[in-house]
Amino acid sequence: MISIQGKGVSTGVAAGPLYFYQRAKATLRRYTVEDPQAEFARFKAAQATAVEQLAVLAEKARAEAGDEAAALFETHQLMAEDLDFEEAIQELICEGANNAEAAVTDVAAQFAEMFACMDDAYMQARAADVRDVSGRIISILSGVAQGGIDSPVPVILAADDLAPSETVQLDKSKILGFITEGGSGSSHTAILARTMGIPAIIGVGDQLKAEYEGRPVIVDGSTGNVVVDPDEATATYLMAKREEQLRFQALLEQLKGLPNVTRDGQNVRIYCNIGSPDDVHPVLSNDAGGIGLFRSEFLYLNCDDYPSEDYQFEAYKKVLSDMGGKEVVIRTLDIGADKQIGYFNLPQEENPALGNRALRICLNRPEIFRTQLRALYRASAYGRLSIMFPMVTSVWEVKEAKKMCRQVMDELTAEGIPFDENVDLGIMIETPAAAVMSDRLAKEVDFFSCGTNDLTQYTLACDRQNNDLGRFFNPHHPAVLRLLKMVADNAHANGIWVGICGELGADLALTETFLSIGIDELSVSPRAVLPLRKKVRETDVSAVREELLADLLSDQNTI
Amino acid sequence: MKSFDYVITDPVGIHARPAGILVKEIKKFAGSTVTITKGEKSVNALKLMALMGMGIKQGDTVTVAVEGGDEEAVAAAIEDFFKNNL
Repeated sequence: MISIQGKGVSTGVAAGPLYFYQRAKATLRRYTVEDPQAEFARFKAAQATAVEQLAVLAEKARAEAGDEAAALFETHQLMAEDLDFEEAIQELICEGANNAEAAVTDVAAQFAEMFACMDDAYMQARAADVRDVSGRIISILSGVAQGGIDSPVPVILAADDLAPSETVQLDKSKILGFITEGGSGSSHTAILARTMGIPAIIGVGDQLKAEYEGRPVIVDGSTGNVVVDPDEATATYLMAKREEQLRFQALLEQLKGLPNVTRDGQNVRIYCNIGSPDDVHPVLSNDAGGIGLFRSEFLYLNCDDYPSEDYQFEAYKKVLSDMGGKEVVIRTLDIGADKQIGYFNLPQEENPALGNRALRICLNRPEIFRTQLRALYRASAYGRLSIMFPMVTSVWEVKEAKKMCRQVMDELTAEGIPFDENVDLGIMIETPAAAVMSDRLAKEVDFFSCGTNDLTQYTLACDRQNNDLGRFFNPHHPAVLRLLKMVADNAHANGIWVGICGELGADLALTETFLSIGIDELSVSPRAVLPLRKKVRETDVSAVREELLADLLSDQNTI
Repeated sequence: MKSFDYVITDPVGIHARPAGILVKEIKKFAGSTVTITKGEKSVNALKLMALMGMGIKQGDTVTVAVEGGDEEAVAAAIEDFFKNNL
C-alpha cells in the first residue's frame, strides 16, 4: 500500500483504477510505404474503428443529453466515411505511396481549409469537426490514445493539470475522481469536480508514479489522501466513510423544496454557477433558485474561431428555456488571465491577470462584444435573463457597456426581433477598485455579484494559480471581508441586490458572516446548494450579527 | 430522371447536422443516384462534406434529381424529407 498526500479540493471518497490522462502526441511520421494496398487496408480498418467509437459516443450522448447531442457524433461518423474524403486518402496512399497517417493528415487539412474559407461563420467552425474526426483516425492508426479516457470502466483520472478546453471534452461518465500534480483550489479541475460532485485532490507533485497506472486507488477528497493498492483495513475504513457521506447526501435530499430562511426569518437566494448548457440538470436537481453565474467562455473555448451570433443564441436560449423562467445571470466573455484562446491572437503579456482580459477585451474589440450582446438579447425572449460584466474597475467602463446594450436593443427593435426590454444589468465586483467605487457603480446597475476568487487575488496581491503561496492566500482575510461589507452596504443604500459568486459563497465557515452583512444571493456549485441551505436554516443571524461585524471591523483582528 | 426544386426554409441552411441526417436518409435508397444542384454546382447527395461545402443557406433554391431505382417514389420520399427537415 502506498499513501500519497495532496490537497483535497472537492470532497467525497471514490475507489477505482488509476488512469493517466493522455495527451495526443502531435508528432507525425511520414514515410513511403512498400505495399500501398496493405496500407490502404490499414486505413480502412482504422476508419471502421473510428466509426464504431463514434457510434458508441452517439448512443452515450443520446442517453445523457438526447437526440440533438447524438446527432453531432452521427455527423462525425458520416464524415469519417465520406466518399470524397476516403477517395482523396486512397489516392495519396495508392498513387503516392504515402503512409496512412500522413495521407489522413493532408486530406483533413484540405477539407478543413475548404470549410475555413467559407463565408459563413458556422461552416468555418466545422473545420474543427474535420480535424476532430481525422485526429481520431490518426490516433487509432498510430496507437496513441487520444486526449481522453480510453477505458471500459470508470477511473480515477490523474493528470499534471487539465486546461479548461480539455476538461470540456472529457467523458464525465468515466471519471470517479481527479488527482492532479499541480493546480490550485480555484483551478478548473477543482471547479469541475465540485460541479460533478466527485472528489478531487491536487498538488500531489511527483509522488504519483507512472507504474501505478491501472492499480486500484482510493481517493479521499476531504483529507487529500490518495491510497494506491489499499490494504484491507484501509479500504474498509474508507468505504465506510463513503457510506457515511452518501447517507449525509440522502439527508440533504430531505431539504429539497424548503426555503433558504434563517431561524430568525432572514432570506437568502441560493443560485448556481455553471459553465455549459449541460450543467442545467444538476442545478435543477439540487433545487437551486436560479443561475447566478453562467460562464459564457465555454462557447469560445469549444470553437476554432469566433462563435457566431446564431450559435451563441442557441446555447443561451437553451439554458434560459431549460431553467423555465428562473433567473439566469450570464456573464459576458471572461477570457485572458488563466484562460487563453488561440484565435483571439492576444499578445503575450508579462502579467496576464493584470492585462487585457474580460470586459477590457470586449470594450477594445466591440465587434466581438456586439455579437455576444445580440445573441444574449435575442435569447432574452425565452426566459429571465440578467447580463453581468466581469472585471470592472471604473464607472466609464460600465457606461460604455450599457451604451452598447442600448445600441443592440435599438438594432433588434429596428429589425423586428423580439427581446426582453427589461433585462437586468449587473457587474462583477472582483477588483478592489470596483469595491471601493461601489457607491458610484451601484447607481449604474441593477445588481452586484462579488467574484471572491479574483477579489482575493487582487486585494491580497496573491496569484490564485500559485499553490506555493499557501497561507498568504487567505480568502478569509479581513481585507476581503471588509470590502464585501462595504460593497453590500453601498448596494443596499442604492436599492440594488448583492451576491457572491466566487468559491467563498459555499464556504460554510463564512455563511454567518455573509448573512450578517446582508448578502442577498449566494451562487455556488450545484452540489453545495443543499449543504448551504442546511447551514442557513440552522443559523440565527440576530444572535451572531453584532459580534461578527464588530470582529470584522475591530483592530484586534490581526489575521 | 425525376427532379424537383426546393427552397430551403431552415434558418441555418444545410449545415452539419441537417446534412448528416440528409445523407443518412439518402443512403436508404441504394438503387438511386441523388444529385443536389445549387446554381452551377452539383454534388452527389451521399457526399456529406461536399454537400456541406456548397454552403446552402435559407432562401436558396436547390434542385434535387433522382436517377435509377424507383425514381418517382424515391423523389417523393426525399421531397417529404426536405419539407419536414430543411
